[in-house]
Amino acid sequence: MALDYSKKVMDHFINPRNVGEIPDADGVGEAGNPKCGDIMKIYLKVNPDTKVIDDVKFKTFGCASAIASSSMATEMIKGRTVEDAWNLTNSAVAEALDGLPPIKMHCSVLAEEAIHEALNDYRAKHGMEIIPVEHHED
Amino acid sequence: MFVYLDHTATTPTSPEVMKAMMPYFGEIFGNPSSVYSFSRKSREAIEKARNQVAASLNADPSEIFFTGSGTEADNWALKGTLEKAKISGKNHLITTKIEHHAILHTAEYLHKVEGVDVTYLPVNSEGFVSVEDVKNAITDKTALVSVMFANNEVGTIEPVKEIGALCREHKIPFHTDAVQAAAHLKIDVKAMNIDMLSMSAHKMYGPKGVGALYLRRGLHPENFIHGGAQEHKHRASTENIAGIVGFGEAMEILQGRLEEDKALNSARRDRLISGILERIPHAKLNGATGDNRLPNNINFSFIGVEGETLLLDLDAKGISASTGSACSSESLDPSHVLLALGLKHEMAHGSLRFTIGRLTTDEQIDYVLEVLPEIVSRRREMSPLWEDYIKSQA
Repeated sequence: MALDYSKKVMDHFINPRNVGEIPDADGVGEAGNPKCGDIMKIYLKVNPDTKVIDDVKFKTFGCASAIASSSMATEMIKGRTVEDAWNLTNSAVAEALDGLPPIKMHCSVLAEEAIHEALNDYRAKHGMEIIPVEHHED
Repeated sequence: MFVYLDHTATTPTSPEVMKAMMPYFGEIFGNPSSVYSFSRKSREAIEKARNQVAASLNADPSEIFFTGSGTEADNWALKGTLEKAKISGKNHLITTKIEHHAILHTAEYLHKVEGVDVTYLPVNSEGFVSVEDVKNAITDKTALVSVMFANNEVGTIEPVKEIGALCREHKIPFHTDAVQAAAHLKIDVKAMNIDMLSMSAHKMYGPKGVGALYLRRGLHPENFIHGGAQEHKHRASTENIAGIVGFGEAMEILQGRLEEDKALNSARRDRLISGILERIPHAKLNGATGDNRLPNNINFSFIGVEGETLLLDLDAKGISASTGSACSSESLDPSHVLLALGLKHEMAHGSLRFTIGRLTTDEQIDYVLEVLPEIVSRRREMSPLWEDYIKSQA
C-alpha cells in the first residue's frame, strides 16, 4: 500500500538530522523491537552545569516515519534542559512533521519512549529520581 | 530515469493488445446476449478470445470462463467447490501458508462462515510445498486441494504436476492459482493434471479487470456471481468484451515469445542476483534458484534495514520496487510468505522484491547495481540493528 507522507516527513527521512552515536553519552535509551520492525536508540550529551541537552544523536531501524520521527524529536529536544525535554510528547513530534498516517502514529510514540529511556538513563547516572514510564507493545 | 521493476504487481497493456481492444468500446458495442445480428460480432470476439486462452493452456474452449479478475477466479474455485461439496458431506480444504490473499482470505471466510476445515501446508526454506505433506493431509472429507503454481513474492515454482497426479489418484479436484505463473511459464493443464486454474490478464500485458478460471469438463462448482446466463450460465454479468478480447490477444502474443522472454529474463534475473550478492555484504536471497524460480523474480533481505525505507530511497532514484515489510502494508505484520519460509521478523521487514519484464533493459540492471549498494549501506549506517548484528558477527 502506498502511504502518502507529508513533505516534512520526506525531508526528515531523506536528510535525517542528528544521525549517529555519542561514544561518551551521558544518557542512552532504546525503544521498540525488531519483531514489529522499529528500533530507536537515542544518545544524549548534557551540559553538567546548565543541564541543557547540548548534543543528541539517534540510530533507527524502521520505516520512513520512524526515521523522520527520530530526526524531528532529536531536533526538538536539542537545547532544552533535561527537565523540559521530558515534556516532549509524541503528538508534538507528529504535529511538527505535519502529521503521520494513523497506522504510523506508533513511530512518534517510539520516539517519545526512546527519549524518556535516555533521560531516565541520565537521571539514574546523576542521582536523580527515575520517572516511571508506560511501555507500549508496538 | 524511470525504472519499473514491479512487473509482478502489474504490467502495462501492450500496444498490440490495446489496438485489438479499441473497436469493442465504441464501434462494436453490442450486448453479446442480444439476438440481432449486430451483437453477433461481440459474441464472436469473446469466443475468439476463449479459443486463444484455451489453446495456450491445452484446454477446450468450453472449459474457459472469463471473470473480473484472478481474485474472482480464486474465490469462485474455492467457494464454489466447497459449497457444492457440502451435499456429499465433504468440508475439508487443503492449501498452503504462502498463497496469495485471494486464496488465504477466501479460506478464512469459508472456515468462519461455512465451517470448512482448512489445512495450511508449510513450506521449506526455499518455499517449496512437499507432495508428501499434501498426501498426509488428505482425508475422506477433503473436497479440494489448492496450491499456487508459483509464488508471487519469492517466485518459487511448486511441484504442481506431482500434486495434481496425487489428487487424481485420490479423486480430489486440484486447483492452482497461476496468476503469476501463466505470465512466464508454459502451462498444459492436461499434462499437469490440473482441474481448475486461475489467471489474470494484467500480469501478462493485458488489461486490468479481466481474469479467467479454467474448469476441467465434468467439474461443476456452484456459481459465484449470480444473474444472467452469460458464460454458459456459469458467470453472470454483461461481458467485459474489450477486456476479454485484450486478454485473448495478450495470451496469444505471450505464447509466441514465452521461450525467448524466459531466456532473457532469467539471464537478467541471475545477473541482478549475483551482482547484489557481490556488492552488498550480508544480503540474503529469498526463494529458490534456477529453473525452480520464476524467471523474473528477485527477492532479497538485507539485515539491518527496513524495506519501506529502501523503496522510498529507490523511488527517489526513479526505481519502482516492492517489499514484504509491514511498513508498506495496512498491518504491522511482515509478509506471511517470508515468515512461512522461516525468516525472522526483522529479515522479513528488510525484504526487497524486483520483478523484471518487457520494460526492463540491461542498462537498468546496471543502474540498480550502481545505486542499491549505496542506499543499503547508508540506511544500515543509521540502524542500531545493523550495529548489533555486526558486533555479533565479530
